Amino acid sequence: MIEFSDVTKSYSVGTQALRGVNLQIEDGEFAFLIGPSGSGKSTIIKLITGELKPTSGTVHVNGYSLERIRKREVPYLRRTVGVVFQDFRLIDTKTVYENVAFAMRVIGAREREIRDRVPYVLELVGLENKSRRHPNELSGGEQQRLAIARALVNNPSTIIADEPTGNLDPARSLEIMSLLQEINNLGTTILVVTHENDLVERFRKRVIVLNDGVVVSDGLDGYYRYENQ
Amino acid sequence: MKEGVRGIFLHGFMSFAAVCVTVACLLIIGSFSCLIYNVNILVEELNQTNEILVYIDSELPDAEAKSVGTQINQIPNVQKAVFVSREEALKEFIADHENDQAFSGVEASDLRHRFVVTLADNSLIEETVAALEKIVGVAKINAAYELAKGFSTMQNILHIASLAVISVLLVVSLLIISNTVKLAMYDRKDEISIMKMVGATNGFIRLPFVVEGFALGMLGAALAFGLEWLMYDALVARISAVDTLKLFSLVPFTDLLLPMIAVFTFAGLFVGVVGSWTSIRKFMDV
Repeated sequence: MIEFSDVTKSYSVGTQALRGVNLQIEDGEFAFLIGPSGSGKSTIIKLITGELKPTSGTVHVNGYSLERIRKREVPYLRRTVGVVFQDFRLIDTKTVYENVAFAMRVIGAREREIRDRVPYVLELVGLENKSRRHPNELSGGEQQRLAIARALVNNPSTIIADEPTGNLDPARSLEIMSLLQEINNLGTTILVVTHENDLVERFRKRVIVLNDGVVVSDGLDGYYRYENQ
Repeated sequence: MKEGVRGIFLHGFMSFAAVCVTVACLLIIGSFSCLIYNVNILVEELNQTNEILVYIDSELPDAEAKSVGTQINQIPNVQKAVFVSREEALKEFIADHENDQAFSGVEASDLRHRFVVTLADNSLIEETVAALEKIVGVAKINAAYELAKGFSTMQNILHIASLAVISVLLVVSLLIISNTVKLAMYDRKDEISIMKMVGATNGFIRLPFVVEGFALGMLGAALAFGLEWLMYDALVARISAVDTLKLFSLVPFTDLLLPMIAVFTFAGLFVGVVGSWTSIRKFMDV
């Protein structure tokens, strides 16, 4: 579960990125986080992944209190949150299989577990026949599916997708969103940060709208009201 | 471990440069260590052979002259005091000058009884001579102050200079290894950010880079050790071949093996592990 209570975040340069944000995302939920550039979306992601600490207020993510988390606990928090980025962030020198296996290896998984889990995850994202390819031999959509496989392989309870369709054409975007929907159906909490309204409207999920560091609307109805203003 | 070793080959030129600089620095460090070791042994030997001659008043009867030795031996810095009678001294004198007719008329009565005093610590020679001078019956003292002080000063200067050179070279090696590992980390910064993102611990991320630094440091140390051995043996052979340099006979390298292994291992470990560890810190805040 992700819970923000009256969270503010100010940067040392004086920018106030979040102003009293309250939000709660339950386990197994699918939600969109939308808002214009500079609205505080990235700050929310960084707070969830433990890259930043709130200036005030409390942030709870999958049982960790981010305002008082110790440095050495952050890696364990991150194992509960898979992150997918717009630019995929894959390792070009490793194969598809190795990119996914790498995520397991660096948290100390055994080779046997890796051999069992990686093919399963690759099948889930539809890349089982491309496990020996390198990322630069894949299409944009496939690269994003690989990034999702990597985020998923350590079985996190939450996946945060930061503009996952930003580099993809509409058809591939739809594929990726459908894949995230499938993963959500398996019980993983999904938070998609996007600015693509057509996807939001097509998937009809909870929508949290952020503007100037404030949650201005939460829910699909609120989103439509906000859009019509 | 595998990643650490792979890193060495991945950054071939920088690794080669780091090993070369480490070898050069460790060679100089090793040479200074050998020099200090040899000088310490030389000074120790000279200390043992450095003697003071204490001449006894010629008016004293033989028995009383001999008894002065008891008081000499009571001085704390006196290791031993050997009595040499004027007759024995004459024999030595004649033996030293047997071909010189000019000394043929010298008799025992022209000489004094004396004690050959060996000191425990040469640096305390002045205090010891002052104590000897206070003994009744001592007529004259022959002490090589300058020589003894010279040895002591040379030893001290050498220790300080070596320490300074060794420290500077250790820092230079440290910076070079540190830069090599920094380059390796910069090259893999995306990989590191992915590792951090999926929840790798800092220790896990550090390990390959520390292994890389360790391997570079130890490789440099092993090469430097081998080269040092070859160069040292060549120097020993060269010195023993030149008659005039035989006075400075060097200790064989096999006698230095353990201290040298310790010096090279420590230096290699220090520059390798500390060098890589310090460079990693800045990359960990991802």
